[in-house]
This record gives sequence, C-alpha cells and structure tokens, in this order.
Amino acid sequence: MARQVDYLYAYLGVVTIVMTALIFAAVFFFAVKYRRKHDDEIPKPIHGSLILEITWSIIPFIVMLSFFWWGAQIFFANASPPANAMDIYVVGKQWMWKIQYPEGQREINELHVPVNHPVKITLASEDVIHSFFIPAFRIKHDVVPGRYDTMWFTATKPGRYHIFCAEYCGTEHSGMVGWVTVMTESDYENWLAGGGTEGTMADQGGRLFEQLGCSTCHELDRQGRCPNLRGVYGSRIQFTDGSTRVADDAYIRESILNPNARVVQGYKADVMPTYQGQLSEEQLLQLVVYIKSLAITGAPGAPTAAAPAASTGTRQ
Amino acid sequence: MADSHGVVAEHAEHSPYLRHHFDSMEQQFDSATLGMWVFLLTEIMFFGGMFGAYTVYRSMYPGAFASTSMHMNPAFGAANTAVLIVSSLTMALAVRSARLGSQKALQLFLVLTMIFGIAFLVIKGFEYHEHWVDDKVPLFAGHWDYSNTKEFPHQAQYAKQAQILFCFYFFMTGFHAVHMLVGVGIMITILTMARRGIFSHKYFTPVEISGLYWHFVDIVWIFLFPLLYLIGNARKLI
Amino acid sequence: MSTALQTPEVAESPNYLNSEYGWRSWLFTKDHKRIAVLYIISITVMFFIGGIFASLIRVELLTPQGDLVNSDTYNKFFTMHGIVMVFFFLIPSIPATLGNFFLPIQIGAKDLAFPRINLLSWYIYIAGAIFALAAIVLGGVDTGWTFYTPFSSTYSNTFVITAAVGVFIAGFSSILTGLNFIVTVHKMRAPGMTWGRLPLFVWANYATSLIQVLGTPVVAITLALVGLERAFHIGIFDPAIGGDPILFQHMFWFYSHPAVYIMILPGMGVISEIVPCFSRKSIFGYPFIAGSSLGIAIIGFLVWGHHMFVTGMSMYASLYFSLLTMLVAVPSAVKVFNWTATMFRGSISYDTPMLYAFGFIGLFTIGGLTGLFLATLGVDVHVTDTYFVVAHFHYVMVGGMVLAYLGGMHFWWPKITGKLYPEGWARFAALLVFAGFNLTFFPQFITGYLGQPRRYHAYAPEFQVLNVMSTAGASVLGLGYVIPLIYMLWSLKYGKPAGNNPWKAKGLEWETSSPPPTFNFDTPPVVTEDAYAYASESSHEESHHG
Repeated sequence: MARQVDYLYAYLGVVTIVMTALIFAAVFFFAVKYRRKHDDEIPKPIHGSLILEITWSIIPFIVMLSFFWWGAQIFFANASPPANAMDIYVVGKQWMWKIQYPEGQREINELHVPVNHPVKITLASEDVIHSFFIPAFRIKHDVVPGRYDTMWFTATKPGRYHIFCAEYCGTEHSGMVGWVTVMTESDYENWLAGGGTEGTMADQGGRLFEQLGCSTCHELDRQGRCPNLRGVYGSRIQFTDGSTRVADDAYIRESILNPNARVVQGYKADVMPTYQGQLSEEQLLQLVVYIKSLAITGAPGAPTAAAPAASTGTRQ
Repeated sequence: MADSHGVVAEHAEHSPYLRHHFDSMEQQFDSATLGMWVFLLTEIMFFGGMFGAYTVYRSMYPGAFASTSMHMNPAFGAANTAVLIVSSLTMALAVRSARLGSQKALQLFLVLTMIFGIAFLVIKGFEYHEHWVDDKVPLFAGHWDYSNTKEFPHQAQYAKQAQILFCFYFFMTGFHAVHMLVGVGIMITILTMARRGIFSHKYFTPVEISGLYWHFVDIVWIFLFPLLYLIGNARKLI
Repeated sequence: MSTALQTPEVAESPNYLNSEYGWRSWLFTKDHKRIAVLYIISITVMFFIGGIFASLIRVELLTPQGDLVNSDTYNKFFTMHGIVMVFFFLIPSIPATLGNFFLPIQIGAKDLAFPRINLLSWYIYIAGAIFALAAIVLGGVDTGWTFYTPFSSTYSNTFVITAAVGVFIAGFSSILTGLNFIVTVHKMRAPGMTWGRLPLFVWANYATSLIQVLGTPVVAITLALVGLERAFHIGIFDPAIGGDPILFQHMFWFYSHPAVYIMILPGMGVISEIVPCFSRKSIFGYPFIAGSSLGIAIIGFLVWGHHMFVTGMSMYASLYFSLLTMLVAVPSAVKVFNWTATMFRGSISYDTPMLYAFGFIGLFTIGGLTGLFLATLGVDVHVTDTYFVVAHFHYVMVGGMVLAYLGGMHFWWPKITGKLYPEGWARFAALLVFAGFNLTFFPQFITGYLGQPRRYHAYAPEFQVLNVMSTAGASVLGLGYVIPLIYMLWSLKYGKPAGNNPWKAKGLEWETSSPPPTFNFDTPPVVTEDAYAYASESSHEESHHG
C-alpha cells in the first residue's frame, strides 16, 4: 500500500509540475511577447470564449476525479484489515506510546512486528487527541480519547522506522516519538518468546475481571441478572430498543464504561455499575482481549500464573 | 415585511434624518432593513451552531435526554411562549402606529412590548431559580446533583450525559435571554426617541428594524420551546 | 512605465486626508477611507507581530534539537503566529483595507451603507486585538490556532480563554464588515452600475462577505463553548463525561474552511483588477470570474471534513468531502486560466503591481494544486499533519494572499495617498519576496512528505538541511517585507505626486482625484460602460471568440 501512495503522489506531482510549468510558461511567454512597446498602445479586447471555459473546467475536473478515485481506493484498502492480521494495542498518553502485545509484552515507544504479516493496531488515548504516524509505511491515524480507532499495515522490509505523534498534544508533542522494528519471522519468534512477565493480555484481563467483581455477575450469577460473556464477542447482540450491533472492541469498552447506553434484550437497565474513571485504557484493552478470548470454545476461564521468563520488552 | 412607503424626499426639503451618503429616504430605509435581515442571518447561524450541537448529543444519548426532559417545567415554558407571542403582536402594532404617524399609540405599544419582554425575563428568572434550588445547574459546583431521588429513582446512571444536556439547556436559553435583554434595551432607546417626536410616517426606520429584531428573538424561542420542553417530555403537563 | 500627470504641487485640492486634522477626526471618523487607513495601520502592526513569531520559529528550527527555547515556549510561538496571522491579519486584510477604501468608490457611492457600523467594526477589531495581545503578554497560549479539544478545554495551562475571547470579538468585526459590504453592493450602486458592470474586486468582496456573514457566527459559538467548558469545568467536548472532541472539529472547521476562502477571494479580486490594467485589456471571461467567486463561496461551505480524514470519520463522509474538495478547486483553476488569457495579445507592463500578480498566479497555482494532494484520500493519510500541509497553506496564504495584498497596496497606493512609491526599490522588494518565499516554503513540501510532522519543537536530524534552507529563505522574505514598509512611509513625505490616474487604469476610483475627496466624487457618477473597457472609445470592435 505504501508503494501505491508513492505512485499516486508521483502522479499528482507530475500533473502539478506540468500544470505549473504550463502556467508559468504562458505567463512568462505572454509577458515577454506582448510587452508594452509604446505608451499609447491599446490592444483589442477579447471578452471570452465559452468553449474555452467549458474545456478548461471539465478537463481539470476529470483529472481530479482520477486523483479522487485512486485515493479512495487506497483509503478503502487502509480501512480493511485482513482477517489474519495480528493484533497489537497502542495507548497514547501525554507524551508516550504504550504498546501491549496479546502475548503479554509491553513496550514504551517501541513496536516490534514481523515482516510480511499484516498487523492491526488498536489505538486508544488516555488524555488528549494524538496521532500514530509511521511515515515509512505511509499511514497515520488519530488517536481520539473516548473511543477506539484501528489501522493496519503489512511491513515488507526489515529495518527500523520512525514513529511520530502527529496531532499536537501539548508540551512534549515532538518528544512523543518512537521506533518500529520490523524483524524477520524467526527473529520475531525469538523476540516474542521473551514474553511478558505478567502473562498474556488475556491473562491480565482475566485477573482484572475477577478483581473488579465482573465474574460475580457475568460468570457465577444464576439469577439471570446479566448476560454470560462466553461467545459474546463477535456475535450480533439485540438491545431493548430493538437495535442490534455486532459486539466488537468498542462495544465492550462502552459496556464497561457506560453500561446503560445499550441494554441487552431481556435484561434490565441500571443493574451494572459503571467503571468510568476506575480503569486505565490499557486495563480496558486487557479486559477486551480477555472477553475476546471467551469467544473461542475451551478458552481459559480462570487466569493462569504469570510466565516466569526473561522479558525483552520494556516494562511500564 | 416593509414595502416602501410612497413618499419620495429627493427634492429641496430633505428629511433631517437623511444621512448624507444616501440619495433618498427610500434607499436609506431599504438599506437599513436589508442590513437587519443580514444581521439576523448571522444570528441564525450562531444559534444554529448551538442547536446543531444539542441535536447531536440528544441523538447520541436518548436515555439521558428522556431523563433530563423530566426536569423541564413546561408551565414556565408555555407562559413564556404566550408572553412572547403577545409581545410580538404589540411590537407589530407599534410598527404600524409608527407608519401611521400615531405617536401616542406608538409609545403605548412600545411600553407594552417592553413590559412583556421584562415579564419574559422575570419568568425565566423564576425558572432558573427552580433549577438552582433543585441542583440542576451544572455550571456551579454545589448546584449540580443528579443522583437518584424518590421522584426520579433511575436517573443517576445518566448523570454525566445529563450534565452536557443541561449545559446546552442553559446556554441556549441563556444566550436567548441575553438577546431578550438587549431587545429590552433597544425598546428603551426607541421609546426615548419616540418621546422626542422623532418618528413620523416619513421616517420610522429604527422602529421597523427593531421590530425585525424583536420578531427574530421571538422566533428563536418558538423553536426552543418545543425542542427543550415539549418533545419527548416524559413528564405530564400540569 | 507609468507617467505622473502634472498637477500643481502648491495648491492641494481638498481631499479626505486634509479635510480635517487632529486625532479626534481620525478616531471618530465615519469616512470609509479614513477607516481603511486606520485598518491599514492596525493590521500592519499585527502582521509584524505575527512575523516576529514566525522568525522565532524558524530560528529554533535551524537545529533539530529544541535548544533555543523550551517546548512550552515554542508551542506558544506557533500558536500565537497562527492566531495573529489568521484572525488579525489574513481575515480582515484586503476587505477591511482596500475593500473599505475602494468598494464604495468602485460602485460610485459616497460611502458604505453604514459608516458608523464601519467605525464600530474597527473598534471591535482593536478590542479583539487587545485581548489577543493580552494573551501573549500574560504568558501566551499553546493550543495551536485550531484550539483542538480536549487539550484546549481541559489540559492546557495557558491563557486559552483570553485568546478565544480575542478571536470571538474579532469575529464580530468581520461579520459587520461583511454585512456592510452586502448591503452597500445591493443598495448603493450608482446609476448605470448594473451587477454585470461591477468591477471583479467588488464581486470578490461580495462573495467574501457572504462567507463572513454565514460562517463566522459558527466559530463564535464554538469558541464560546470551549471557553465556557474551561471556565465552568463542564464537559461538552470532554470525552470523560461523554462529550465528543470530534464534534468540536466539525464545528470549528465548518467556519475555518470557508475562512480560508474569506482570506483568498479578495486577493483574487485584486489580481482581477491588476491584470487587465497592466495588460491594458479587458478581462477575459468576466462572467466566469464573477461566477467562480460565488461558486467558491458556496461550495466552500461543503468541504470542511477534508481536515478530518484521519480522525475516524465515516468512510462515506470522507468520500463525499474528498469529492467536493476536488469540485471546489475547479473555479479557482478557472480564474487562473482567465487571468492568463487576459494577458494574451495584451500590452504588458512590468510595474510592481503586475510583478506581484505574476507571482500570485504562479504561486497560487502551486498552492492550489498541492491542495489536491491533500484532498486525495490515500495521500492525505500520509501527509496530513506534516510540513506538507504547512507548505500548502503558506503557498496559498503568503504566495497567494500576501502577494495580492502587497500588489493591491502598490496598485492603489497612489490613489490612497496621492504619492508614488519608488518603483526601483519596489521591484527589488517584490523579487526578494518571491525568491525568499519559495526558498522558505518549497523545502517544506519535501520534509513533509519525508515525514516531518508539524508543530514539532525538535525534529529528526535527517530533516535539518531542508530546515536550514527554509530559515535562510525566511530571512530573505522578511527583508522583502520590511523594505516596502520603509519606502512607503518615505513616499508619504517625499514621493512624487501621483495624479489622478498614474496607471491609466479603468475604474471609477481612477476618475476621481488622488487622494479622493471626502465624498468620493465631486459630481455623482453615471456609468455607461462595462468594467475594464480599455479599448478606445473610437474603435468599437469587440471580438468574441466562440
């Protein structure tokens, strides 16, 4: 995709240079050729030409439509991560990037990805609007507080590339930079094996699920006060007002922070308390990953002990 | 709206109110009324921005909205609506009196309009006071409390969004009230001019354009009333 | 070259400058020409204040590290540069100065429809400027001129409300100017001055006024809401209590995009006056240039989302905004083609105003075309929020608008002051501006594409060479601005008398004295010919190419 962006950019550049050159040349040429020879000369008026006006409106517009079309194609591709994309979770906060891998590693301002494998990044902000920008991959996406945003890419060449924050966010906006390291498959396996010391994100989420009392209702409750969450992620949920929605990351987040926004059909409002202000964005993501893991049959219900291996990622 | 009154004042005696850069009273009148219409257009965009934002939040949070609407008192709203509509009538009558050159009637109707305008503000004051006492004023700490009460047992869940919606309620009605206050000030000014005998059937431009302003402020209220007090009101009208 | 008509130097005819003396006659004037002069002085001051911030930014960016000032200070520099330049220079510039001075004269009127509101407009501008300067002096604002929430509403520790109040107040100045122009053009045209005979400068200001009147109130309410949020600690745009920061962006850009057309349309109007005059030929495609001004004004209200392609806005909204943005580029292109065609078989002279017009045509073309890069979705994702955007808007705002302003000032200086500026120095300064400008901003297209984000205090070292070039260019550009300031002030006392029509231009303003009398015309004009009727009266051959 990055190459497509470069090709489109080059196409835009060529058209720009050609048009600019034409205009400059015309202006220059007319200025010289029709330079005033004596003070009293008065040229004949030429008031206009409808054909010319139509031509030089339509042709540029058609060329612009080609820009639009190609740009839209790239944009759509950017919005459609492949099904086999691996998930990585990035939380932006003033003034650092906190990166969590499902396997449990955590890094600050460093992202490690394997080459030739699609990566889907879920973005969350703890405070103001940031923007996650990797110039080498020709992508960026704003990180807006109060919601999740996603972007995806497939790195094609091993190396180290800049990460920049691209939405002004306060004092150290220009310090909110990092590096994405693209590794070969085998190097990446090795790196991953280092693991995080706290277990996978799902493990961490599971522990939170228990600590915060979620399991009391959502797992152990026999009175039918709240929906069991096994298999919920990815299914279509129906709500009391008749609307439906596929349960995705954003829905899980909303349900935790604002439970009465949408109440599942067959359940009552005002039963689940809100956790607004009690969880960081990273913790929310861990819960999301945990609940996602419940969609797979035979997924762990109780959290496992943390893997006691050396960690290569930076701890928060 | 105004059609130009047939008097042409171009020859020797010109009205002392003809400003030097205009060629005729007609041109001056037309310019003043067009100017006021353009100004009112800017006001529509100003209020429109607020109405737009309010609509966005209301559609995002229907539950919170239903809950906040129970705290609006349509009785106050209805009283204010009645007062404003009558005041628009008296304003229109004032403009008509000016056109006819009836000085006494003009002054009477201006005074009545002003009284109704002040009545509006007084009623609004009572309404705001009720919200203050009820702790429904999010702007001031200590006067915002959206916890469950006996009368409203399920509202605490909406506290955060209700805060936004109540803010908009106060901003929208507040900016409107400021415009009403300005309107009352304008009435005082016009009344003073009327008492000095400035207006006649030949010259009543300030009355005309004040009328336009007054009717506009009334119309904004006509939109605010149903939007804030009537639609989706889960509370029965008294 | 221009020739000054011989006018007796001794007896100066009564004109708007010498009709009354004393500071009261200026500060309480109702004469649109004097008000225009008051604005010229005020916005020049604000321009140089904004320019000082620009210089500080460029000096800091000589090195990749943030070593001149600390981050907070740098963030205040670019914020203040933006606020001052956008709201206190670019938006009022041509309408409040050249528009105020010439719109009534060009339509044959004695003044604007509402002279006292015109004066009020200036007072309000000054009040707004005082608040903005107060924000600077008290310690500055660091939100960026775009005031994005929740940073501006909750997190920033600077004088956001003060600055927002300044902008809010200045907005009223803009609204009142627009209102005045609209009513004036509708109601006060001289006999024979039909809509189809209006100078294109008037059309441009009229279209601009429509935008001012419709758009500015929306930014007023938006900033008012941000101010209220900060003052009362309530959340409208605060996501922690369910507010939507993207709603702020929609509301903000709903005005601020049309605002850029407020900035450029009057400049295009100036070019439409200069090119026919110095080609001594009627403008090519009059109805299309007039219509394109209106088209830009209208379509300009429909494209604001192109500032928000990476915010997570819906795909369909993004498609719509991208497409409409392509559409709005067409009328601008049409203007460029028409100006160029005007020069065809004309009689071109190289006086300073025309040099600025040449510069405008070239640089606006580049600026406008690079806008298309930004309108193109796939590319925008890469270049938005980088120096590419910074370069784009400086090409249209400085390469376009500032050059048009300078061109217009030089074109009409003889009429406003009755004096000629020194042509040699003026041409030299124009060349400095052109060269300095390109050296400053062209490298930024490159650093932007390579990835240098905007609003960065410190940047990655590989961008340094291009940044140094940019700063070098800025010093040349700065010199190019200072030189006209000096010689124009000099010309007030020592310039040659201009005479009524030093450029032999067409237009009602050239038929009255330089400077014009207080009521503009000794006898009210009656208009019998179209605008730009440069062909001599004796030969009525008009060729229409079809």
